[in-house]
Amino acid sequence: MSESDEVWKVNRERDGKRETFESNFKKKGPIGEAFAPVAGFGVSLRNFFRPTVTEQYPKVKNPTAPRYHGRHQLNRYADGLEKCIGCELCAWACPADAIYVEADSNTPDHQVSPGERYGRVYQINYLRCIFCGLCIEACPTRALTMTNDYELAGPTREGLIYEKQDLLAPMGEDMLAAPHPMVPGTTDGDYYRGDVTQVVDAQIEWVRENRPEEPTLPENRDAKEASRG
Amino acid sequence: MTATADKPAAEAVETVTLTIDGTEVTVPKGTLIIRAAEQIGIEIPRFCDHPALKPAGACRQCLVDVASPGPDGNLRAFPKPQASCTMTVTNGMVVNTQHTSEEADRAQKGVMELLLINHPLDCPVCDKGGECPLQNQAMSHGRPESRFVDVKRVFEKPLALSSEILLDRERCVLCQRCTRFSKEIAGDAFIDLQNRGAQQQIGTFDEDVLDFDGYRPVGAAAEDEAGKAFSSYYSGNTVQICPVGALTSAAYRFRSRPFDLVSSPAISEHDSSGSAIRIDHRRGKILRRLADNDPVVNEDWITDKDRFAFAWQNLDDRLARPLVRKDGELVEVSWPEALAAAAAGIRAATAEPEEGDARTAGVLVGGRVTLEDAYAYAKLARTVLGTNDVDSRARAASDEEQAFLGSAVAGTGMGVTFGDLEKAPTVLMVGFEPEDEGGVVFLRLRKSLGRQQVLTVAPFLSRGAEKLAATLVPTAPGQEAAALSGLADDAREALSQPGAVIVLGERVAESAGGFTAAQELAAATGARLAWIPRRAGERGAVEAGALPGLLPGGRAASSKAARAAVAEAWGVDSLPEKPGRDTAGILAAAAAGEIGALVVGGVSASDLAADVPAALDAVDFVVSLEVRRSDIASRADVVLPVAPPSEKSGTFVNWEGRLRSFATAIRTDAMSDHRVLDLLARELGAALGTGTVEAVNSELAALGAAGTGERAAAPKAKAAKPAKPAKGQAALATWHQLVDEGALQAGEPYLAGTGRVAVARLSQATADALGVARTVTVASERGAIELPAVVTDMVDGVIWLPLKSPGSWVARDLGASAGATVSVKGAE
Ligand code: SF4
Ligand code: SF4
Ligand code: SF4
Ligand code: FES
Repeated sequence: MSESDEVWKVNRERDGKRETFESNFKKKGPIGEAFAPVAGFGVSLRNFFRPTVTEQYPKVKNPTAPRYHGRHQLNRYADGLEKCIGCELCAWACPADAIYVEADSNTPDHQVSPGERYGRVYQINYLRCIFCGLCIEACPTRALTMTNDYELAGPTREGLIYEKQDLLAPMGEDMLAAPHPMVPGTTDGDYYRGDVTQVVDAQIEWVRENRPEEPTLPENRDAKEASRG
Repeated sequence: MTATADKPAAEAVETVTLTIDGTEVTVPKGTLIIRAAEQIGIEIPRFCDHPALKPAGACRQCLVDVASPGPDGNLRAFPKPQASCTMTVTNGMVVNTQHTSEEADRAQKGVMELLLINHPLDCPVCDKGGECPLQNQAMSHGRPESRFVDVKRVFEKPLALSSEILLDRERCVLCQRCTRFSKEIAGDAFIDLQNRGAQQQIGTFDEDVLDFDGYRPVGAAAEDEAGKAFSSYYSGNTVQICPVGALTSAAYRFRSRPFDLVSSPAISEHDSSGSAIRIDHRRGKILRRLADNDPVVNEDWITDKDRFAFAWQNLDDRLARPLVRKDGELVEVSWPEALAAAAAGIRAATAEPEEGDARTAGVLVGGRVTLEDAYAYAKLARTVLGTNDVDSRARAASDEEQAFLGSAVAGTGMGVTFGDLEKAPTVLMVGFEPEDEGGVVFLRLRKSLGRQQVLTVAPFLSRGAEKLAATLVPTAPGQEAAALSGLADDAREALSQPGAVIVLGERVAESAGGFTAAQELAAATGARLAWIPRRAGERGAVEAGALPGLLPGGRAASSKAARAAVAEAWGVDSLPEKPGRDTAGILAAAAAGEIGALVVGGVSASDLAADVPAALDAVDFVVSLEVRRSDIASRADVVLPVAPPSEKSGTFVNWEGRLRSFATAIRTDAMSDHRVLDLLARELGAALGTGTVEAVNSELAALGAAGTGERAAAPKAKAAKPAKPAKGQAALATWHQLVDEGALQAGEPYLAGTGRVAVARLSQATADALGVARTVTVASERGAIELPAVVTDMVDGVIWLPLKSPGSWVARDLGASAGATVSVKGAE
């Protein structure tokens, strides 16, 4: 007997067993058998008397569950430096190949994140993303998290490739937009451990000198506030 | 990975049989345990072990259990696990790796834990992440959890060993691959271990200790506590072999991750060695190039130029669409329009005038194009433009050289090989600087250090020659012929040993009688001749007949039989008979108004001593085939964009005569020169038949090599009389540094920073005679070059300048080549 006959023998034996198939459900009695064809209507009937769950989206927008996987966000440290270091681990983790990152070097004149490296290009393609959240798990700096924003539809394909500026977290009350130097005397390690909690004067000074128009400078914020009324 | 390909297969080798993890294996005597295990597919983790480097046993990651038979024949186990990368196999040995021995496994895990104690674990910002042996082996042979809770040792990071090579000392596992490479392979022992214990680190040497007078890198480099910058042409190899991310290159730092990259095999376009490289690209952009292993050519190594110089092809001045001059301005047009304009222009410029002779056309091909491209240029010149005025030597050239190439190089197939060079008992180098002009040739020669006698005919012992322990045959530039015929008897004797090689560089062309004398010497001693030009396309152009006096396959254009044979193969009635002119001749004729149209491809005007702008202005119509908007393209009437090597397929013929074919690495719609020329010829009403690489190669194959009577005669030129420089003058010696301001190195500042600072060299006696102290001004009728002077032990009456280094563009600024007499003045 050849090897393949051996295989077929196993299959034949299996097929033989299959003829003795039995359902796992219990057999119904004679009354049950008689009502079986219309039993389904019972489901509809029962739901007539239950509360409505239809959501009136988009007229009414209900909050999602707190941990709903919505649009991503690239976070910042308390002083406004970006958390993303451009490591591409999110891109690596992504099963849908939805993320594209290009890193670059921070320089004294252009410090975007603490340490040596930052993400220069950051794109998420929402036509591909399956909102699994694996990227969030991969991110070593907690730069990438997900928001509850689920309104991700659009008329064009390009529009659904979100760029870094579309994903960056909004500037907090007293943050100062990057690039600017790290808090003097700190290392990237201090940032990672959460020891940097606010902007310091040296950073504000630096931005004042290099980008006096920066809207997140205290004076420019105040001016804006004043003009608003 | 070891270079065994060149060895004769049938040599009887003594073998040893041992057992590894229960599997019996027979290997040649002297094999290391780790190699024997590789042969049967057993993987032992390692960091310091590298097949091309000597065993070091530095990292201890490869520990295995070993037992070997003692004198009484009984198996005796070693008391402790042994490093499998340093221990050679013995008969009857029993090895148990981590797969079968708990002891070995525990030992490896322990070593890994210790290695990781001071490792920063900054994989997310480390360039090696994703292709890191430490990452991989920590996963496969490490503990899942760290038990180390104390503070790690930190260093300032990164330390710039040179402008290109950066060292993160805290990531280093002290495997010493980098230092061993630098010492054993490159001979640039600029880095070594420093300090002891936890503070042990890789650092650079003190420059006062290493006397590297005048060989300083251009770019800024950090000094560590003891030393100075890493100055090596091969430093990029250390980045590739570093098993962790301790050594990184500035050019690739933070650029990408391995999973982003598409890797394509390729051949380097930078020198005539044809080194195998790997191009890593993302979204059509090259991010880095690595050495590929090719045992018969470059082994595991490439030069820094091969590795880092690739930015040139994507600079802002890259040509995307054809340009045509309209009202004095070059404007972008479509291909059909540009081709029609080019054809009409060539036709008009070479048309029969009312009276007098028609002006001819000329073709200048740089030495950088592929075999197929060179063939197309040559065929275009001879069949469509009807001229022998085609030359691929955009450098100093001579008729004697052409006779040598035609009689002894073209169509001779593989001659001396890298392997032959390595095994040669004696190597005599003439007009050839192994490191600056040879690249990986230098590494091959250095491999035989101590086993090989190297002689160099040069004005002084360059650093490369010094590292080969070469003996200098002191020779003033231009006097090479005399030096060869007057070679001392012991040198002649050394050259008479079987396997001896005479290496001729392209600069022999600058010395009248050099090739003749070399051939005579070879005939007298039995040494073999190897011609090693600098550029990647030189040998291919010789094979393709892109020289005025050469037809494909080494046929002489002056031979009637050869012309008839080629004309028949090409399906034309006849080939032009009038002897062609070389690059300098073509440019001189152009300046004199004898040439109506020029087709120029891949030539940098600044490489030529002739007054190129004036010559181009005197020509009616110039068609330029270029990758970038070069100095010639901006003076052309029609510019046709062509593909850089990474965007096309083709063949470089390396100096050995080995065909180094490569496929397209990055697909774009850029076309090769041969295809563009085919389209141009079609527009001129002729079929060139060079549309594809395959078409060209089958034509070349059909043509084959020259038959008897079709070749040029061997050169017969008289040696030049020694020049007698007048007071205030000296003879000029000059050659290219490997890293300089060549066109293909543009756009890469980090690499440029590793190039050597330009200095002028002269002997003490010459300096005294000319009143030179710190700075020297070298002048000709064209212009002057001012450089710091370095007194060197060299031939008197000679001044050496780098050919195209920062601040020293000899061809353009002096309009002179080696051997010329220049005036020299000291300056304050
Ligand atoms: S949520 Fe999942 S699919 Fe979407 S980007 Fe992240 S890893 Fe990719
Ligand atoms: S978002 Fe996080 S994982 Fe992605 S590149 Fe930035 S730091 Fe790395
Ligand atoms: S720098 Fe890299 S190659 Fe050199 S000793 Fe350290 S780990 Fe080894
Ligand atoms: S690989 Fe054997 S000691 Fe490093």
